Amino acid sequence: MSAGTLITPDAPVSTTWPIERIRADFPVLQQTVNGKPLIYLDNSASSQVPQVVIDRGSIYLEQEHSNIHRGVHYLSQKATTAYEGAREKVKRFINARDVRECIFVRGATEGINLVMHSYGRKFIGAGDEIIISAMEHHANIVPWQMLCEEKGARLRVIPMNDAGELLIDEYDGLLNERTKLVAVMHVSNALGTINPIKDMIATAHKYGVPVLIDGAQAAPHMPIDMQDLDADFYVFSGHKMFAPTGSGVVYGKLELLEKMNPFQGGGDMIKTVTFEKTTYADPPNRFEAGTPAIASQIGLGAAIDYLNSIGREAAAAYEMELLRYATQKVSAIEGVRIIGTAKNKASVLSFVIDDIHPHDIGTILDQEGIAVRAGHHCAQPVMQRFKVPATARASFAFYNTKEEIDVLARTIERVIEIFS
Amino acid sequence: MSELSELYQQVILDHNKKPRNFRKLETANHSAEGYNPLCGDQLTIYINLEDDQVKEVGFEGSGCAISKAAASMMTQAVKGKSKEQVEHLFQEFHSMVMGELNEETEENSLGNLKIFAGVREFPVRVKCATLPWHTLHAALNKEAQVSTE
Repeated sequence: MSAGTLITPDAPVSTTWPIERIRADFPVLQQTVNGKPLIYLDNSASSQVPQVVIDRGSIYLEQEHSNIHRGVHYLSQKATTAYEGAREKVKRFINARDVRECIFVRGATEGINLVMHSYGRKFIGAGDEIIISAMEHHANIVPWQMLCEEKGARLRVIPMNDAGELLIDEYDGLLNERTKLVAVMHVSNALGTINPIKDMIATAHKYGVPVLIDGAQAAPHMPIDMQDLDADFYVFSGHKMFAPTGSGVVYGKLELLEKMNPFQGGGDMIKTVTFEKTTYADPPNRFEAGTPAIASQIGLGAAIDYLNSIGREAAAAYEMELLRYATQKVSAIEGVRIIGTAKNKASVLSFVIDDIHPHDIGTILDQEGIAVRAGHHCAQPVMQRFKVPATARASFAFYNTKEEIDVLARTIERVIEIFS
Repeated sequence: MSELSELYQQVILDHNKKPRNFRKLETANHSAEGYNPLCGDQLTIYINLEDDQVKEVGFEGSGCAISKAAASMMTQAVKGKSKEQVEHLFQEFHSMVMGELNEETEENSLGNLKIFAGVREFPVRVKCATLPWHTLHAALNKEAQVSTE
């Protein structure tokens, strides 16, 4: 089944979601902020970490901490087993064909830069074209601009409509024999739009063009299946999917990874080194120079176990219900405008209020214990497209509640009152 | 919400809604652009400096209530002052919002700019209040662009 079809506004209402038990899994949610219970609605920036993931990191640090892939000693073997075990979990999580297709990186940003350096610099040259979209995060714009500048290649941009949906006809028109790569996000962090990436990948493949998907906002919220999507590269971050910072993944088709250059040079990415010549290791090690964030990546493995244990589809359906509720509540407030009204959306609610800057909204919400993001969301072209300097963004996870959304809506009304 | 009402006082809200000297000075002989990449605040300060005295000052741009009100009240405060007096006022304002100067007990020339004292309870908002001042300083000293990142 395609990932996008699971999460529609018409998804069945989940009445059995064990919200109290789920919330108890997240220690950070138990605190108060400014004397009010924390209402954490900044999940698109970083999501919170359940106790089982914290515990797994502690076990590593208390009992297994050592360097991987090196020592013959007991601890190094334990650490290596745990680290490679996490890679195996990632492989199953995204339904990769082969565990060697899963490269560990610090996060989605590093992942995109890896593909730019190792694939882009080798296979993209003067006069070639790279297609991105109008809603990309800076992480999926800037590396490609840098490459274009270096190589004399050209960046093409798929436009979007006022709802924040990509104009797919325009995309088809941009593809041609000069196109060497398509790089688009699965889910927009600023707008919530779920892009029809399966179809977009299939279209690119008709031209023989590989596709990179920035899945940073999708991986935490919907099942993702590499065999179904047929993505050539798919990157995501651990810290947005209930794991620690410093964890992340680049999925790449093995046949592509095998012909790519290394990313960084150093230990663990070589076969042999002499002063005359170095031969490189096979994927994934070729792309993992130096000692990685072992504890964080093991934590990512534990987060995957956690997501599987609570049920990804049920969690997604519950989040959809939260989004529907929040959209209804917040858009009913006079003077509030939702930015991003795509038919197919994930649990992101970006909004602006007439004559009130999002930064002021953010400060006032914070006083009530509500964490939202206020700013340009590292997507300045999106802000320019919608002619706003910034937005306030509430983004939901499966541990949020309708009661929290009620408080959000009440406090937004209070913001308007203060500024009236 | 007491800290909040300290921050968003009526005077600040009024200057946000109706910023004073909110215009481009066609005759300006000094100007600079200020930018806060954290929130996207952006403003340009225009000054007409004659014999080291601020004859005329204006600003334009977009930003949060704090930065807009700070810019608006700053333009009122610096008009007619010498470059040296403006720099001194900037130092006092900066010290106050950083919590290094107690505007009630220590001698200062802040006057109605004291209303921004509440900003120090909101460390992430300090840059909003000081951006116009940094930009003014840059304009006076002919730096083209400042950023408070």
